[in-house]
Amino acid sequence: MNDTFELRSGDTHIEVHKFFPGSIAGVTILALVLQAAFPVYLPKLSFLDLPLLITIYFGLSRRNPSTGLLLGTTIGLLQDSLSGPTVPLGLYGIAKTVVGYLASSIGARLDTEHPVARFALTAGFFVLQQAVMVLTRRLLLAQPEPWFNTHLAIAAAMNAVLSVPLFLLLDRLRRSS
Amino acid sequence: MVSIPSRHKSLALLAGVLLAQVLLLAVQIKRDSRGRLIRVWAVSTVTPFERAGAWSVRKVRGVWQHYFALQSTARENETLRIENDALRLSISQLQTKAAEADRLGALLNFKAANEKVAMVGARVIGASAGTASRTIEIDRGERDGIHRNQPVITPDGAVGKVIEAYRDSAQVLVLTDKDSGIGAMLVESRIQSPVGGTGEPMLAMKYVPTDETVNVGEKIVTSGMDKIFPRDVPVGTVVEVKPGNPFKQIRVKPAAKLDRLEEVFVLLTQEPLEFQKDAEAQSAPGPNVPAGTPATAPPAAVKP
Repeated sequence: MNDTFELRSGDTHIEVHKFFPGSIAGVTILALVLQAAFPVYLPKLSFLDLPLLITIYFGLSRRNPSTGLLLGTTIGLLQDSLSGPTVPLGLYGIAKTVVGYLASSIGARLDTEHPVARFALTAGFFVLQQAVMVLTRRLLLAQPEPWFNTHLAIAAAMNAVLSVPLFLLLDRLRRSS
Repeated sequence: MVSIPSRHKSLALLAGVLLAQVLLLAVQIKRDSRGRLIRVWAVSTVTPFERAGAWSVRKVRGVWQHYFALQSTARENETLRIENDALRLSISQLQTKAAEADRLGALLNFKAANEKVAMVGARVIGASAGTASRTIEIDRGERDGIHRNQPVITPDGAVGKVIEAYRDSAQVLVLTDKDSGIGAMLVESRIQSPVGGTGEPMLAMKYVPTDETVNVGEKIVTSGMDKIFPRDVPVGTVVEVKPGNPFKQIRVKPAAKLDRLEEVFVLLTQEPLEFQKDAEAQSAPGPNVPAGTPATAPPAAVKP
């Protein structure tokens, strides 16, 4: 059985990658634990959203919208659960479901292996997640929330910068064909 | 039978998953339910890894401090630091009580009371996994007598309150969270008003009428009116006062280092002021008991 296969659309050939067993679950738990540890040990890194980066990476790599959105849902709901009762279950869940779906859909159509593409996509998905969360808060929870500010712009850029080396590191978890 | 294209299947799945989560949100709002079961599963899954991580960090720090730095001095320093924190808490409470007595001019003989406040020391092992909330996770839970709505403090001042207690851990809503609030009052003017979080490092004192006088630098302590915190626990210092309509806009710098929490105390009694007064009336004051020493046989002050 091939662990890596190709999607053929016209003249484009896009690889769909598989990973070592347990690596997705392991990386997800590690990301959530690190995310919870940042405010305690490294408060200056609190702007990082590792669960989002993991959702984007596996979405882009697996290139299956169904698995991408389900992984996003799982990671988002876990992040909701670990954020305390003031964050309702579904806030991060909805946002990461959308991100997981779109990342997988884009990954199935474009070559997203280039660092520049990864940088741009991560920044875009960070902004998208914030937009979905603000929309959820405003429409469903009736909570006023600013759409965007300088802090979020910097956070989007920093997350995008981190995504480049992080995704290269995660590439090592791929099974070779 | 007409086959459904794969793209349409995934779109249908996306719509279904989003709808399910919207319904989940609606149920939480309508029934004031917070999905405790899912949260318990998630916390139970992640807590062992957080404990292991915190343990590893402590070990690495310990090795560095005890073997590469000054071996004996580090241990002695740690002991003195814990003792100093406990003494600072006692001194802080006594100072605010003394100031109140002077200002009122009614009580001439201030008796240094023996504060016996039942409390549990706890280590911070995690925090909220996102920027949407400001919570911390501590390594003490229901087994140690911790329940919801118990106040959490450090020797510097108020930190927040317990919002969820699990078997071996608990989540604390920090004062900087947007949903956080605490009954407070200005030390000099005795104006009472809640202080709440803004989602930023600074707190906000709400509902102080524009015609009241509030000075920058004025201290704020708990009022005890929220029935959670005892009176006179330091909350913060006024750093900015702006006129507003109908209330002033007052920014408050927290007394506790809320962005650098490592060890905290959970007060086991919700009305310690009354409890303290009763205790003082019933028994003569003795030597000060360091904070962290429980009065009603709770677990040890700080977990080793």
